[in-house]
Amino acid sequence: MKQEQVPQDQENLNEGKLAKLYYATDDKGNYVKVNSIGWEPETVAMQQAWDVVNDEVEIARKKVIEGKASPLLYWIKKNIMTTGMVAAYASTFGFLVRLHCKPSFFNRLSRKQLEKYAYTFRISVEELTDIERLKKNDR
Amino acid sequence: MTVNFDHKQSAHCESGVVSNLLRFHGMEFDEPMVFGIGSGLFFTYLPFVRVNGIPGVAYRIWPGQIFKRFSDRLGIKIERKKFSNPAKAMDELDRMLDKGQPVGMLTSVFFLDYLPAAYRFHFNAHNIIVFGKENGRYLVSDPVMEQTTDISYEDLARARFAKGMPEPSGRMYYPLRVPGDFSVENALWTGIKQTSDHMTRIPMPLVGTKGMKYLAGRMRKWPERIGDRKAILWLGNLIRMQEEIGTGGAGFRFIYAAFLDQAGHKLNNEKLIDLSKQLTKTGDKLRDFAYYAGRVCKNRKSDTKTFAELGDILEECSQQEQAIFNELYEVSRSK
Repeated sequence: MKQEQVPQDQENLNEGKLAKLYYATDDKGNYVKVNSIGWEPETVAMQQAWDVVNDEVEIARKKVIEGKASPLLYWIKKNIMTTGMVAAYASTFGFLVRLHCKPSFFNRLSRKQLEKYAYTFRISVEELTDIERLKKNDR
Repeated sequence: MTVNFDHKQSAHCESGVVSNLLRFHGMEFDEPMVFGIGSGLFFTYLPFVRVNGIPGVAYRIWPGQIFKRFSDRLGIKIERKKFSNPAKAMDELDRMLDKGQPVGMLTSVFFLDYLPAAYRFHFNAHNIIVFGKENGRYLVSDPVMEQTTDISYEDLARARFAKGMPEPSGRMYYPLRVPGDFSVENALWTGIKQTSDHMTRIPMPLVGTKGMKYLAGRMRKWPERIGDRKAILWLGNLIRMQEEIGTGGAGFRFIYAAFLDQAGHKLNNEKLIDLSKQLTKTGDKLRDFAYYAGRVCKNRKSDTKTFAELGDILEECSQQEQAIFNELYEVSRSK
């Protein structure tokens, strides 16, 4: 890649926080370091990965509103986690986390257990259990 | 407590951390040098390792190896520590900072709030350096960032104790002793020999240039095997592994070519400089591959370029790299 070919696509997901370093060649063929603010194919691939995540979050949100799942499921998806990861953070078992994704089990959870989950997602217990809020925000 | 820390941006986190840490200890090694001597370049396609149902592909050696190989080859003694709980890990970090010792550590990208939100997936093998503490916030030299930045105690503790695969477990490391004299020449040749050997001579179909060829073959069949939607997701993952943060473009090919260029000048070896130019060309080809693959992903249809055509580009790359690394092996074998 030539120095002047290093992509500088304005449309990117870097929020102006990041300009990645690339190794490119100057006209004599020697390697120089060049910063790039973004490249379209990479942005597309990254956006695509986030679309999948956002779709899953939206599906989970609908399930919670319909009463088919507990808010725990929403927060797991929102944090791009798996039940296994949540179990590790909240020091419990994966099958219990999966059970707690059902409203009937979730509603019987002790304050202590709820606190563990809330800590995992860095939110308060009130936020964790608040279904009304999920109804309002579409995404 | 702060020390004077000279931060230089790099493309890849692990080699960047090593380069920055060693500069602090008076050993000047550029990022490509670290990457090359540590034999960072590799290729594996791992269809049986699925992340969210997407087969894994890696353009580099697994995390931690670059540092290990590099320090072994130059005789640097490294102190490594891991911890059972966050409080202990953070106390130990504070103790090292009080001594004026910058510390490299493993973190999860998810909790590093100075990075753009789009990059913050659960990737648990990101390397950063913490070199000081000011007003309760830790000063961070993250090699992929242009400037140094800072992070709160809470976030850093979480990032160091993220769960999932792999678990950082608060791992931290710093050079204990740097050697007075060392032979760069030997280290360069050993590094080159190992990379070229691993790229061409491991008798398994999934690794090295053979792995690229295998992936090219499999990719042609993706649309009919798993359907358009999934095929496009898998392709997108391939682009991300190749071009996202930390690769320096084209799956580390450009960093490695820069290394061969520098090594060629250092060893007065024309052949290496020539091979560096050739590797730049296959790197460009991989960029083309990512460009066309990106178009396919964007249009969500495979009519712009078919998967068969994409497979052809990849296979061509694998053939050219087979030739390059074979030659590299021949050059380095006798050294």
